[in-house]
Amino acid sequence: MRASSLVRHAVLIVACLIMIYPLLWMVVSSFRPDDLIFRQPGLWLTSLDTVNYREGWSALTRPFSVYLANSAVVALGAIIGNLVSCSMAAYAFARLEFRGRKALFGIMLLTIMLPFHVVVVPQYILFSQFGWVNTFWPLIVPKLLATDSFFVFLMVQFIRGIPRELDEAARIDGAGHPRIFLAIILPLMTPALATTAIFTFIWSWNDFFTALIYLTAPDMFTVPVALRAFVDSTGSTSWGSLFAMSIVTLAPVFLAFLLGQRFLVKGIATTGIK
Amino acid sequence: MARTTTSRVRKRDDRAAYVFLLPWFVGLVVITIGPMAMSLYLSFTDYSMLAPPNWVGLDNVERLLTDERLHNSLRVTFTYVLVGVPLQLAVALAVAVVLNRGMRGLAFYRSVFYLPSLLGGSVAIAVLWKQIFGSTGLVNDVLALVGIAGPGWISDPRTALSSIILLHVWTFGAPMIIFLAGLRQIPEMYYEAATVDGAGPLQRFRRITLPMLSPIIFFNLILQIIGSFQAFTQAFIVSGGSGGPSDSTMFFTLLLYQRGFGELDMGYASAMAWLLLLIITIFTAVNFIASRYWVFHES
Repeated sequence: MRASSLVRHAVLIVACLIMIYPLLWMVVSSFRPDDLIFRQPGLWLTSLDTVNYREGWSALTRPFSVYLANSAVVALGAIIGNLVSCSMAAYAFARLEFRGRKALFGIMLLTIMLPFHVVVVPQYILFSQFGWVNTFWPLIVPKLLATDSFFVFLMVQFIRGIPRELDEAARIDGAGHPRIFLAIILPLMTPALATTAIFTFIWSWNDFFTALIYLTAPDMFTVPVALRAFVDSTGSTSWGSLFAMSIVTLAPVFLAFLLGQRFLVKGIATTGIK
Repeated sequence: MARTTTSRVRKRDDRAAYVFLLPWFVGLVVITIGPMAMSLYLSFTDYSMLAPPNWVGLDNVERLLTDERLHNSLRVTFTYVLVGVPLQLAVALAVAVVLNRGMRGLAFYRSVFYLPSLLGGSVAIAVLWKQIFGSTGLVNDVLALVGIAGPGWISDPRTALSSIILLHVWTFGAPMIIFLAGLRQIPEMYYEAATVDGAGPLQRFRRITLPMLSPIIFFNLILQIIGSFQAFTQAFIVSGGSGGPSDSTMFFTLLLYQRGFGELDMGYASAMAWLLLLIITIFTAVNFIASRYWVFHES
């Protein structure tokens, strides 16, 4: 029994190493001069050279800080949008009796499955008529309108787990729905809100397709499109600085993962979102 | 008396519901259903955004039927979905079973395996993949240590798609976590009873774990298939936006992007989008029908 558990740990550790080796190697390589990245599959470093970071930071028309700031603005807008709009919709679906609830709830579930590509062309036409190309609105406004239905579903599931007696008690005390929502449900659903915030942050930070379509002016680039422009401009000649900037863009996601792991695991386990 | 009270409460609920649902409803109409209807209309037009849409009837459907590049992109996408999804789920299930309940270090292993799922969709990881599977990349550096001269994985049409499929398999952590949650639901006593009856580990897996987990496997399958049909970023970055070499990584969504936003052939791109929706719907429906024969429901 003991031997088998040792074997199991050995297998798992090897599997872990294979899984994260590319990441570790990228981090190490970002501190190597370019000519050493090739033919150096190991993880040892002879010197800690930050030249790749300095070069990568200013390789495009704007310093990388501009793109990081753009991404942060978009992510913040998306997080606020999702938190407000999805929690409101979820409260209605989970707690209110109204005509057409079943049908609307069904439609909401269906939109989870809807591929973004089916709506992207008309959405682009619409948003470009608003003059929103090269603004952050196309990346934020849909979140303000609860179009990320996964989170509505996640929150509905969560609210259904909150005992109804709490609402009833507040209602007897004369509280209306806005009061019940703000003073009772919202504080109790902070785990669901945290899950939503972290996932929204990561998805918004990584979102490439939407940014590729709407953000074409270098001033407005978020980090994924900036990184893509960097790849295009250097080809495969300066892996060092490409790696360095890749790590800069991955670091916030990694941080979100470390801080919010508990909520992420719970979120996926209950709804199956990525 | 009681009746009027109920109807009053009911009315109040209705009004509150409209307020709470307002943002979602506006989004549904303006961001989802409206554009869906419009893209259906555009499917029957020739439209470049520079002139008003021009009704062309079934011309775009005819193009869909004869467009060789599109057929190729469907082959690439189907290969990606039909190989990548089962492979990823098999790995996810295997690891979840090994990470058995209550084992020491579970949280650590789970985190390490899960991390790639969060990073895998990013441009940064696609950049890394482009290096690793390049002709002078990490994989070939490692192979060189044992004296093998590897091919240029992403520059060879025969292997380019495989390296992107591998990237998909690498992100097995999310379905793994769903499997872990499902495994925890299986009562320990089933295994104990089976062991008493002399069932070995393999038999326990086949007779208990698989049937008990089948609803979760089904759930993962549906989600991953829908998601994989929409894969875009990795192929775009690895191929430099071209879908190359020789269209071997020309995913359906990549072709849609090129037609719609590269060539402003938006009528045709809309027709493509509806074809994608149709394909995903058929896959999902077939999955649901097939599930009657293999998904086990405890009654």
